[in-house]
Amino acid sequence: MTIQEIQSEIEEEFGFFDDWMDKYEHLIGLGKDLPLIDPQFKTEEHIIKGCQSQVWLHAELEDGKLFYTADSDAIITKGVISLLIRSFNAQTPDAILEASTDFIDRIGLKDHLSPTRANGLVSMVKQMKFYALAFKAQKQNT
Amino acid sequence: MERHIASIREQFPILKTQVNGKPLVYLDNAASTQKPTRVVNAIAQYYNTSHSNVHRGVHSLSQKATQLFEEAREAVRAHLNAASSDEIIFTKGCTDAINTVASGYERLLKKGDEVLISHLEHHSNIVPWQMACERSGASLKIIPMNHKGELEWSASLLSSRTKIVAVNHVSNALGTINPIQQIIADAHAVSAAVLIDGAQATPHFSVDVQTLDADFYTFSGHKVYGPTGIGVLYGKRSFLEMLPPYQGGGDMIKTVTFSKTTYAPIPFKFEAGTPNMAGAIGLHEALNFMSDIGLENIASYENQLLQYANEELSRIPGIRFIGTAENKASVLSFLVEGAHPYDVGVLLDQMGIAVRTGHHCTQPIMDYFEIPGTVRASFGMYNTMEEVDQLVRGVMRSASMLV
Ligand SMILES: Cc1ncc(COP(=O)(O)O)c(C=O)c1O
Repeated sequence: MTIQEIQSEIEEEFGFFDDWMDKYEHLIGLGKDLPLIDPQFKTEEHIIKGCQSQVWLHAELEDGKLFYTADSDAIITKGVISLLIRSFNAQTPDAILEASTDFIDRIGLKDHLSPTRANGLVSMVKQMKFYALAFKAQKQNT
Repeated sequence: MERHIASIREQFPILKTQVNGKPLVYLDNAASTQKPTRVVNAIAQYYNTSHSNVHRGVHSLSQKATQLFEEAREAVRAHLNAASSDEIIFTKGCTDAINTVASGYERLLKKGDEVLISHLEHHSNIVPWQMACERSGASLKIIPMNHKGELEWSASLLSSRTKIVAVNHVSNALGTINPIQQIIADAHAVSAAVLIDGAQATPHFSVDVQTLDADFYTFSGHKVYGPTGIGVLYGKRSFLEMLPPYQGGGDMIKTVTFSKTTYAPIPFKFEAGTPNMAGAIGLHEALNFMSDIGLENIASYENQLLQYANEELSRIPGIRFIGTAENKASVLSFLVEGAHPYDVGVLLDQMGIAVRTGHHCTQPIMDYFEIPGTVRASFGMYNTMEEVDQLVRGVMRSASMLV
């Protein structure tokens, strides 16, 4: 599936909830199931500090595709991370660099991806793209 | 007071706001209080009928604006019971007031001198002193605190090297009311000056700077139901006359030549540039509003709210209060076992309940307790017992989703 297809799927999934509690319960559940970052990468180097919560992010390239793992100290932040990772995982650096994250707005979680929340997520999206760029550059150089 | 809450709430249109489809429960008053209509109207009235630059024109409008501005200064004097309105400086806010003093001290301090602050300070009362110490070579000492969030005050922290002690009257993160009367007396015994950061005291009870014998006292307009962008630095006359000016510009000078400028007398020496007239006038109205309600009434009602919230929240399994001082004002900081404060804050917001989460600009306090932050509910005069009930239900609901 393309990133866009995955994002539409997530939108559809969230479309079932008209109650905020159900939506957040789902998000919290996703947070609990997040593919966790290997403890060896849970270091200062991988930390993205928000004022409210912090995020750890790691990426690896396998057969030209990116695989992310992450963690956060806040579970709702983890839920949003899991959506971002699900939409970007197993994609090529080029696809990730072109992708948008507007689907987060459309499922009503826009506030969580706003710089004023200071939860580390805005920087995390930047960092995800940065990994894509770095792997792309690496590939071109070899 | 309880009988009057409905009519008090009527004066705050914003309290009728819906947030996420629910009626707003505003419990972030320590960050900033909402504004009664009469404050907003006073500002509009000033701009519509009396605005001009102050202290400059001979024309009638300038005189009128000047008069209103100086009346505001007199109102602040009366509110703090300062000896003279010359001792009241208008600033941008509490942070600006502290910086005014700290930057002056930066030039007075020498290597070997000490500045004493406390573990309970807001970053606004830490960083300016760190900067002053860094640049002057003085050293910064810290009054320690205990696990209840109370200062462990001892006069032995002072010495002849101590030049100034800067502590808050009430802690914004934990609500602790500090023993400033004792601190001031002990500091004066070694001839150290004392600055009290009153940002979290002035919203809740009356302050008498002469009884306290504080040398400097600071607060923000926006936390006492007044506008943003205005604050107050009170300083004893002798201290303000001794302190070098903060910024240079118009209004603060007596004479200017290219070789030498002589400064205007206080308070103008510290008010460079066109001041925030509208802010001062709004603050005047806010102080009148608080006096009309009665500071004793506000203090005793908010204490009831605090006690009730404390009792009710205590029933929640896994709740942990951060800051359990004997003497507290209007602030409740807590954590729910197993839940990150950010998550609790996000879910409460979904229920229309506004609380603050995070470190509250007091990272050293969070480090002491080894926590990332807290959930903080802080009360104002317009909050109700029902709102406390909503908070309690909200926290229980969040806990059931998160833990
Ligand atoms: C204790 C204390 N000091 C200083 C400040 C700074 O006030 P302001 O941001 O209005 O300058 C605050 C505000 O949060 C405070 O709570």
